[in-house]
Amino acid sequence: MSILVGKNTRLICQGITGSAGHFHAEKCAEYGTNLVGGVTPGKGGTKTLDKPIFNTVYDARKEVGANATMIFVPPPFAADAILEAIDAGIELIVAITEGIPVLDMLRVKKALGHANGRSRLIGPNCPGVITPGACKIGIMPGHIHKPGRVGVVSKSGTLTYEAVGQLSALGIGQSTCVGIGGDPLHGTSFIDVLELFNKDPETDAVILIGEIGGTSEIQAAEWIKANMKKPVVGFVAGQTAPKGKRMGHAGAIISGGKGTAAEKYEAMRACGIHTVLSAGEIGDTLKKALR
Amino acid sequence: MNVHEYQAKELLAKFGLNIPKGKLCHTATEAEWAARSFGPDALSVVKAQIHAGGRGKGGGVKLARTPDEAHDWAQKIIGMQLVTPQTGHQGKKVHKVLVAKGSDIAKEYYLSLVVNRESDAIGVMASAEGGMDIEEVAEKHPEKIVTANIDPTIGLMPFTVRTMCARLGFTGPLAKEFEKTLRGLFNAFMAYDCSMIEINPLAVTKDGQMQILDCKMAFDENALFRHPEIQDLRDFEEEDARELEASKFGLSYVSLEGNIGCLVNGAGLAMATMDIIKQKGGQPANFLDVGGGASQETVTQAFRIILKDAAVRGIFVNIFGGIMKCDVIANGVVAAAKELGLKVPLVVRLEGTNVELGKRILNESGLNIIAANSMSDGAEKIVHAVR
Repeated sequence: MSILVGKNTRLICQGITGSAGHFHAEKCAEYGTNLVGGVTPGKGGTKTLDKPIFNTVYDARKEVGANATMIFVPPPFAADAILEAIDAGIELIVAITEGIPVLDMLRVKKALGHANGRSRLIGPNCPGVITPGACKIGIMPGHIHKPGRVGVVSKSGTLTYEAVGQLSALGIGQSTCVGIGGDPLHGTSFIDVLELFNKDPETDAVILIGEIGGTSEIQAAEWIKANMKKPVVGFVAGQTAPKGKRMGHAGAIISGGKGTAAEKYEAMRACGIHTVLSAGEIGDTLKKALR
Repeated sequence: MNVHEYQAKELLAKFGLNIPKGKLCHTATEAEWAARSFGPDALSVVKAQIHAGGRGKGGGVKLARTPDEAHDWAQKIIGMQLVTPQTGHQGKKVHKVLVAKGSDIAKEYYLSLVVNRESDAIGVMASAEGGMDIEEVAEKHPEKIVTANIDPTIGLMPFTVRTMCARLGFTGPLAKEFEKTLRGLFNAFMAYDCSMIEINPLAVTKDGQMQILDCKMAFDENALFRHPEIQDLRDFEEEDARELEASKFGLSYVSLEGNIGCLVNGAGLAMATMDIIKQKGGQPANFLDVGGGASQETVTQAFRIILKDAAVRGIFVNIFGGIMKCDVIANGVVAAAKELGLKVPLVVRLEGTNVELGKRILNESGLNIIAANSMSDGAEKIVHAVR
């Protein structure tokens, strides 16, 4: 068991004929993910990676029973691609694309609300989701992961790899790793993923990796205090970030003095999370928390 | 992306907002003539045009009672190095001023629109304590802040206007004025893909008008592709030269005040690298994310930009290769070090895809590279090396 993805996942890739989409769709298939096709408008009826290409997500759902999609569509058209996947009733939508306009994402979030929980969006601007040894949807390097019982949820890609690398080196495997993305608006929140980990009988502990900007880490901390039955290790990137400067991610900015790492750590400590200040010690802290 | 006050006012005027007459001036004589054009007895305000708030506190905003006074203030302000709470101690050079017609103010308000990340809406914030630092008001008198959310798929509804008017004390014609103002700002926000519009102060004049005396607009950089007219407003003189150059190569760079240059892949890891340097007793000179698909050439450019900062005494390369292969990074590091004749200590930590190959390239390069086997180890080594 694990969350979100597993052996029943039937994945398509929107933007499968682009270079990034093609490269990563192939890597996902090599990892063992059940890739059933791709979507590129205008190229329906052809094949790539030995899989059928469709003109629309609707066709892919009907013809090959797709229930998950991985989106590599360029930013100007990405929101449209997500909306199409929602409308076609795809259950899991993973948007890798970085640079989607915020107002486009506001509309996407309203559409997700109207879909009434039928579709779940992970991202955008995220590395994706992986259940080690079973299914990988996204751009993370599969080989650093190890099947196991620790869940990871994070706003950052490489920082997730860093944490996973430390865990695997310590012999601690992962149940599922979820990148929720570094944009100010994202489909799935920390709390959504924490709820799933809390219910998952095969997850024993969770690592939560946040960063400056917004208040979602604080809300997550409060949720953990009220509901979480498993130990959580928390890290926040950007303790030394200056105010008012965007630090790479569109969402990583301290604005109006709000969204600092200090206030997030304070909330985490107050809510009983095992905080770690150094990204070099995430694995060790989790190991101690498991005892 | 930010724009100047005069540019923001020009954009907002297209949405029917009430903005006092004003002229952009580059010389004191122009300022004098601008003031004269408002009428012989009219007051005018001379305002430095730089991308930073708190201009009044630094002496960049002055009231002139006569055209001669406008001339004298403009003379003083144009060319000055204006230091405000937001510019840093070195300040910003003023190249131009906005000369605006003075208003007969009865009361000042605050009004802003932002994307509310938590409620998936356009968040409106208003206060009858205008002209003041809103962060201070929010902290000391949170009860004086009025907030509302506008659902972007529904638009501004009458109930939102009614509720805000009731809480701000606007009735009769002023309530009508407020509705016009808020609707204009919301429409501008959506039309230009803004990330923020802030009006401070929003003035109610003695003759009952609602005027925008000062405004700040920021735009979503990810949406600029569909707004060429906004891209044209970009003032490169207002931006950090190294940050600008980095962006041309697809690098995300922010200059900081320390002496340890950082080259990292991924925004989160780049921030965490700065943090760990600080924890080990050092000071990062920059944030630098080379991105997921960097080539050997991009790595060389990244080194070049880091080394343009004269304060840099050492460089820490921290890479966790995913898509980015360690051998590509290693080749980039070697090429850059040779090409640029690197004289400062270099600590390299490589992990992930093709790590063994990457390490071999560094070892066989003959360069004096200090290898680190973890993030903590690397941070300790670079902090030690620059001491």
